[in-house]
Amino acid sequence: MSEVVNVLIVGVGGQGVVLASNILCEVALRAGYDVKKSEIHGMSQRGGVVTSHVRFGEKVYSPLIQHGQADVMLGFESAEALRFAHEVKEGGLMLSATQKIPPPRGPQKKKLKGLQYPETPLEDAKSVCKGRVVPIEAEKIAEELGNPRLTNTILLGALSTGLDISDDIWNETIRAMVPPKTIELNLAAFARGKAVAEDVVA
Amino acid sequence: MNVPNGQKEKPNKVLQFGNESIAHGAREAGCYFGTAYPGTPSTEILEIFHTFPGVFAKWAPNEKVAVEVGIGACLTGTRVLCTMKHVGVNVAMDPLMTFTYTGVVGGFVLVAADDPAMHSSQNEQDSRILAKFMKVPVFDPANSQEAHDFTKMAFDFSEQFNTFVMLRETTRIAHAKGLVQLGEWADPVRGPHMKREIERFVMMPNFARPRHTFAEKRALDLLDFSNNWDGNDLQLKSKKVGIITAGVASNYVQELMPDASLLKVGMPWPFPAEKARKLAEHCDRVLVVEELEPFMEEEAKIAGINVQGMEFFPREGELDLDTVGKGLHEAGLLDSAPVVPVGEPVIARPPVLCAGCPHRGIYMALRKINADVYGDIGCYTLAALPPLETLHTCFCMGASIGSAVGAALAENDRKHPAVAVIGDSTFYHSGMTGLLDAVASEANITVVIVDNSITAMTGGQQHPGSGTNLMGNVNVKVPIEQVVEGLGVKKMIVADTYDYNKTVDQLKEAVNYDGPSVLIARKQCALFPKKRKIDPYVVVEPDCTGCGNCFRIGCPAISTSGKKTKRGLAIAHIDPTACTGCTLCQQVCKDDAILSVTEFNKRHGEEVEA
Repeated sequence: MSEVVNVLIVGVGGQGVVLASNILCEVALRAGYDVKKSEIHGMSQRGGVVTSHVRFGEKVYSPLIQHGQADVMLGFESAEALRFAHEVKEGGLMLSATQKIPPPRGPQKKKLKGLQYPETPLEDAKSVCKGRVVPIEAEKIAEELGNPRLTNTILLGALSTGLDISDDIWNETIRAMVPPKTIELNLAAFARGKAVAEDVVA
Repeated sequence: MNVPNGQKEKPNKVLQFGNESIAHGAREAGCYFGTAYPGTPSTEILEIFHTFPGVFAKWAPNEKVAVEVGIGACLTGTRVLCTMKHVGVNVAMDPLMTFTYTGVVGGFVLVAADDPAMHSSQNEQDSRILAKFMKVPVFDPANSQEAHDFTKMAFDFSEQFNTFVMLRETTRIAHAKGLVQLGEWADPVRGPHMKREIERFVMMPNFARPRHTFAEKRALDLLDFSNNWDGNDLQLKSKKVGIITAGVASNYVQELMPDASLLKVGMPWPFPAEKARKLAEHCDRVLVVEELEPFMEEEAKIAGINVQGMEFFPREGELDLDTVGKGLHEAGLLDSAPVVPVGEPVIARPPVLCAGCPHRGIYMALRKINADVYGDIGCYTLAALPPLETLHTCFCMGASIGSAVGAALAENDRKHPAVAVIGDSTFYHSGMTGLLDAVASEANITVVIVDNSITAMTGGQQHPGSGTNLMGNVNVKVPIEQVVEGLGVKKMIVADTYDYNKTVDQLKEAVNYDGPSVLIARKQCALFPKKRKIDPYVVVEPDCTGCGNCFRIGCPAISTSGKKTKRGLAIAHIDPTACTGCTLCQQVCKDDAILSVTEFNKRHGEEVEA
């Protein structure tokens, strides 16, 4: 169904994937769309992979995105972005943080020999992803803003350049949904993410 | 990007995941009493319900007790919501199979949360079959709005038809968000007092026989309702094909085949066969698209309706747009099958015990003594995975102790000590009778109760040993020690699992005891009720010889630094933001190369900044 927008958000437990997808859902709702989202709770808390499917449009039935049909993918971690790169559709967009979080060493040793943490995940993603791959140095921007936990808002800022929803809705939603003490910081992070992406995406 | 234009006015709706909507539906129906045992994907329902003003909610030690407590409340005329995951319904089957005969006083809604694809479960059974077996109506919502609406109507319905009602949801309903139009809150319905009615509530043979007759007659009334209810939504469109579908699967069908005639079923049992017959009369052929078992397909076939289903769709796991699309294509109804792209293999990120998890130390000790470990359900089941690989069975809640007893009694040539490992919440749930059997049969086993003082796997719910309950109005604590002693165990040791060497000695002592022994491995969970944060530890890189001992404890805070020793071995790195300072890695480090940040600063001054 072409009139539904599919956004896939991927990352590692603890990175704020769920909050980001909640903000995106609320933004889409305030913009007047039908919205669905699906993610798996449970094991992800224990350092696993987290994926969130967000879909919005005039009428949305399935809570899951069809494989290979994501309009936009937000990667919070670059190896996870590579893992799901094939889910982006032809002409779609992958916005990914350049951050690398290798899995803990212990579990890799026996069962997973051969597979190493990729050296250049986002470069590798370009050969898998049917859409454009846009690396966002979110970690660096977050550091400049003085808080490493801002990655998710920076990426939402980048995402906003690919969606036709006004900044006012984004800003009022972020205001309503982030911890009160961090509102200004998050709004700044959103603006920075948007500016970075505008340069490359537009 | 091509984005559709949304409606400009803001809708008066909220975004909720299915479990929120069920809680709200119950509140709007005037439900007063909530009871449950936590279990993914059902847990959040009660956690949300208990926050509503004027209601009462409690965790029960297990699902059977939750249902029995709920029955008692129901007999007073109170409206009751009782929630559990699919396998919890198995535990509660005993009271439920008879509760269906007696019927209700206050409305009683049982939520069974199925987990197709086993995201967080040990099997993927289909609760609709249990509803039929129990002869009770089952609602099967397809989205958050229906989860809300069906729950809300289920209470009146329960009283009208004199039956408890099952609301069956699946993970993709429970944990998927959608728009919901909420309604007005009703005053909670709390009954006056217990209702005496011997012939209805004393299910001995003479009284039970007429109640069985009642249940069979009620099933006919329910069938009549199902055949006339709008929630079983018959949409006659294309004559080419009609599709019978329900729950989350109906979304995939409606998205892929918007022009097909449809029977979207909200109540799979009693199955609305007359509506299905009308669909079959209208269409050339009828397909059934449903997740897990061919339940409606069989119901339709029993009613003599010619349908197809499982020959095109998988019986295992979840459906999605791809599997449904593929099945519809194979059935000749879609021109092309969806193409599922294949990605690049990327290093796995399996779930592991958390940094600072108190279970880690006891598993390191169990690995050291090379025990046969009979496991149970909880976070500690993860110890079956590398690098710990020190858990050898897992069946259901409480099974660890019974299976250790059986093995110990049967083994003719024992190679390793028999140790059952069970969590505190699981022990209260259904470990106590197993331990009683270990004592009564003098089984030579050790039961390790890993006590982190909370139900951790499901997100930190209270249990009888926590000293409080959901509403915060209970201050009774039932210590595990008292239970263990009361069950007749003569050898009991309490260990602190952060002290590794001592834990090993204590475990050996317990294992060497002739007869049933209990080791309580106690330490508060690293995440609940509050995330533990002490002095983090660092690797002194020049001192690290790359022995790998710290890697083998499977801590997610420990990774390779990317640097190598002279012999080419990987030097470890500890993530300071993840480390909780549990000290286990320091205790196994051969080279004294792991220090607390405080200690490191003392010894090495400023250079730690990096």
